[in-house]
Amino acid sequence: MAEPRTYKDYSRPLWRRVLLTREMAVIAALVLVWIWAYTQVPYFAAPITLTYLLLDIAPILLMALPMTLIIITGEIDLSVASVVGLSSVLLGTLHQGGMPIELAAIIAIVVGALAGALNGFLITVVGLPSLAVTIGSLALYRGLAVGLLGTTAVTDFTAAWKDFAKSKLFGTPIPTIILIFVILAVAFAVLLHFTPFGRGVYAIGLSPEAARFSGVNVERTKFILFVLSGAVAALAGIYFTLRFGSARGDNATGMELGVIAAVLLGGVSIFGGRGGLHGVIAAVILIGALSSALRLASVTSDVINIITGALLIASVVSTSVLAWVRRKRIRPGGRKTGSLAAAKG
Amino acid sequence: MTTLTPTSETLGQRVLHGLGGFAKARETGILLALVVVVVAATARNPGFVFSADGFRDLLLTPSILLLVAVGQAIVIITRNVDLSVGSTVGLTAYLTGRLFIDVPDIPVPLVFLAGILLGGFLGLVNGALVAFAKVPALVITLGTLYAYRGINVLWAGSDRINASDMPKEFLGLGTAQILYIPVLTLIAVFVLVVAGWYLRTQRGGRELYAIGSDPAAAHLYGLKVTQRVLTAFILCGALAGLAGVLFVARYGTVNSQVGSGYELTAVGAAVIGGVAIFGGSGTVWGAAIGAYLLFTINRALPILGVQDFWQRAVVGVLIISAIVLDRVLAVRSTRKLVEARDN
Repeated sequence: MAEPRTYKDYSRPLWRRVLLTREMAVIAALVLVWIWAYTQVPYFAAPITLTYLLLDIAPILLMALPMTLIIITGEIDLSVASVVGLSSVLLGTLHQGGMPIELAAIIAIVVGALAGALNGFLITVVGLPSLAVTIGSLALYRGLAVGLLGTTAVTDFTAAWKDFAKSKLFGTPIPTIILIFVILAVAFAVLLHFTPFGRGVYAIGLSPEAARFSGVNVERTKFILFVLSGAVAALAGIYFTLRFGSARGDNATGMELGVIAAVLLGGVSIFGGRGGLHGVIAAVILIGALSSALRLASVTSDVINIITGALLIASVVSTSVLAWVRRKRIRPGGRKTGSLAAAKG
Repeated sequence: MTTLTPTSETLGQRVLHGLGGFAKARETGILLALVVVVVAATARNPGFVFSADGFRDLLLTPSILLLVAVGQAIVIITRNVDLSVGSTVGLTAYLTGRLFIDVPDIPVPLVFLAGILLGGFLGLVNGALVAFAKVPALVITLGTLYAYRGINVLWAGSDRINASDMPKEFLGLGTAQILYIPVLTLIAVFVLVVAGWYLRTQRGGRELYAIGSDPAAAHLYGLKVTQRVLTAFILCGALAGLAGVLFVARYGTVNSQVGSGYELTAVGAAVIGGVAIFGGSGTVWGAAIGAYLLFTINRALPILGVQDFWQRAVVGVLIISAIVLDRVLAVRSTRKLVEARDN
């Protein structure tokens, strides 16, 4: 497995190390929810449901990839949804000005990468906390998007492009955007789990100081991740625009919290240093499937907010509780030895 | 704290000392920016300040966010953050409307109490999860942001409570004035003064700074970290609850989306006002001025000839400039301290 292991972990047998993880818990929850919905919820088994489910979660899936790496380094990017809005507006205004969609899309992605580079510059070169920087750039990029287009919307995209965004792969119910996502996901998984760069990402999250002394270029790594995050968010923005056929400044407002909630639910630690892409992807699909199933079961879809929140809290609190239980089991006898151990630690 | 002031200092020296401190304070810069914005807008259109409506709006509009920003600043000072404040404002605002409908002739003070209690309780939930489960506040309050908003939407549905459902004397609070100053502003300023006084002079307040500067050291020193952090979250929730009640008094209508997005505005206001995002420094005064600046800019931009669509971009530039400025000041003061030590 790819996660860095502490010494204690190696003392557990392999199957426990592979199966008893946060990621596996999320995947198991996903499978259970899927089976429940497939058998109990009318129309959930229909192919069209799967298509719409995947079309809906595609932007979050895309943005969750770089966000996972960023959170593993112990940073955060709150500006992604604003970059979606900015790229949507750029695509719309450039296209309206007579530019072909392909060129406008490339420019939008470049601008997205530049937006990420500005975040990265402020965080790595100036040395500011990413939480504060990206709250600022969340407002800035959204402000640029809304400022450029005002309250109007650009909707005159050609039908061919709108259909492409909604198209399916060779007669399957899987949308084309998922193919793009899978390619990116494989690229990010290879980057994170099989390259020195990726190992550096974990090292930075565990201890930036130690990573620096082991020769990891901490600043460069973080900078690249923020640029990637901006570029991928811009790609999500292009998809979002074409899918709904509408370029608006307020597209995807508030989606950053959905992305971050999914990443954290997927087992990535907010302190950095642990987590993996499989858990995150499962978490995004879990939230999407739940909300789709609830909508079909005509439970008011607003319940999904409560469920997302409760899942997120339960998943992090359970880690603390499990750690507490494990401590109790390792040192039976309770309080006295416990506090002694705490004093030593 | 007073014992630290040399008794030999004359009154004049103390005043000068205080003025020097004022000129150097981080809050002064942001206050100047606020004054510049107000003066510039007034020069363009005197009605910005010198008209009954203009003056009232200038004081009234930011008052509700001010309360939320003060609560947020208290939590951020302890090296935590509360992202659920927007949802708390929404829930208490809906509760306020509901109470007037479901309990006819309910006394207004009781409604205020109910709003503050509900807000405090929601804050307690956040604080308990953060303090006892030892999970980062960012994650917990992101979860409760969703959960509280979900409960709100489930409770309210597409229901909308209108001004006609509420008693005149309550809605009157939203526009009432004492000596030309809106009552809502007076409430906000009163809360601000009490919070500022507590954080600056009281033991509990100073401990919040100590905890934010270094939680582990604060614990070793014997401070009741868990209890203080819990208190900070309850205070923040209660202030958001008060803001929810005032929101209804001011605007007269409630739906399930009241206060959404306040969380980032409140954090932004605190950051602009010089509250360090990693705790231990900053004042509620700064956060309050930050909140005023954000809303005043919102109203001043159209007068200054900038389309108000650009308002959010300006806010973003402000937040980023504020943290860059803080960083520059911190680097400079570190350098000075190092020089002082080496000499």
